[in-house]
Amino acid sequence: MSLDAKQKKAFVEPLFKNNPVFIQILGICSALAVTTSMRNAVTMALAVTFVAAFSNLGVSLIRKYIPGSIRMIVEMVIIATFVILVDQLIKAFSYPLSKQLSVYVGLIITNCIVMGRAEAFAIKNGPCESLMDGIGNGFGYGAVLIVVAFFRELLGSGKIFGFVVLPTVQNGGWYVPNGLMVMAPAAFFLIGAIIWVLKTFNKNLQDAE
Amino acid sequence: MKNESITRTFTVATVLCVVCAIIVSLSYVALKDMQDRNKALDMRVNILSAAGLVEPNAKVSSTQADELFANAKVVVVDLESGEIVDKTPQEVENDKTNVIALDPADDIAGLKQIKKYATVYLFNDESGALQTAVLPIVGTGLWSTMYGFLALNGDLTTVAHIVFYEHGETPGLGGEISNPNWTKKWEGKVAVDESGAPVIHTVKGTASKDDEVDAITGATLTSAGVTNTVQFWLGNKGYGPFLSKQRNGQNTTDAN
Repeated sequence: MSLDAKQKKAFVEPLFKNNPVFIQILGICSALAVTTSMRNAVTMALAVTFVAAFSNLGVSLIRKYIPGSIRMIVEMVIIATFVILVDQLIKAFSYPLSKQLSVYVGLIITNCIVMGRAEAFAIKNGPCESLMDGIGNGFGYGAVLIVVAFFRELLGSGKIFGFVVLPTVQNGGWYVPNGLMVMAPAAFFLIGAIIWVLKTFNKNLQDAE
Repeated sequence: MKNESITRTFTVATVLCVVCAIIVSLSYVALKDMQDRNKALDMRVNILSAAGLVEPNAKVSSTQADELFANAKVVVVDLESGEIVDKTPQEVENDKTNVIALDPADDIAGLKQIKKYATVYLFNDESGALQTAVLPIVGTGLWSTMYGFLALNGDLTTVAHIVFYEHGETPGLGGEISNPNWTKKWEGKVAVDESGAPVIHTVKGTASKDDEVDAITGATLTSAGVTNTVQFWLGNKGYGPFLSKQRNGQNTTDAN
């Protein structure tokens, strides 16, 4: 599939320049909850990408038929359908992961990124661009999730993807894990730090005074 | 704006709801079997790891689990009389009526009520003698209800293993109850004294006696919760009557 310029822009922009988490500041809630380990973060990133891509596509396909008065409810129904689908699939094919992610897969419904992109982009743009926009935003969100999870898993449990990097005291090693890292506030600090660093080094990202 | 008419609004809403409902129902029906199988397998792996037959967190296929379960007798126990009754685990699981309300004085594990019947897994060695008895346990820790299995050795007085498979304790602190490095400390400890009364408990510092287990550092309340849970289930309101009948050979395990 060759992409025209508009589709490419829809995909590339949210990866960095208009990243949903650190520029649009969306989807922070779930970024806190599921970033205690890399595996969770990757699964969540894929799940959100799937939902964002297909709900964008769905909304875009029927955008000309959606009455304005029930616009958001229609978007919500489409999003909810895909979220339930993802939840069912994870439960069927990767049960241990579904146990760890528990309610957070279901809570993708309330992830502002998905709703935000449907409302801000898919309702006004063609299906192809909307699909790309959904995938791009999913990846942009996922990238931040994975970076945060990397630090939280490494410092909080001494592991990366479940493999021991820093043997912890509980398991007879030397590393005293940072208890804060496994709690939600750590994700706030990390996301804050990421935004700070990026905005310091990339003046374009700063708000116009 | 013909999109905005009331008829149009209702039509779009109805069609969309029906389409989405069909997609959701289809996925549910198509995947339900697989999900149930996963759930059942997960529970069986928990039981097997409590029995010491598989490593904790090991990947076990359904056929392997079946093979390992071949030596197991699944029996349903009446907790009050301690007798093995002629019921299936499925019947007991769905039974919402046979519950026993607990006196606050007895209710050390914070359960309020328990089921009258419990499913117990008895694993035999090659000669047919009892090797481990896996008992489901549940109790409250600091924040959450902890679900697990306590496995006793064939003598029914010493601990073979303990496993917690579901809980919401603080990660890194109380959450260590599911760390195999901690649960290993329970192995071989004396659970009950000669009269059958539960004696095993967690202690701060270093455990020195046969009936003591190191508490988790920084998780005093969770450790106390584990002690209470184990003591409750080994006691008179829990599996106490069953275990004493079993020790004296008064129960025929062939009932099932």
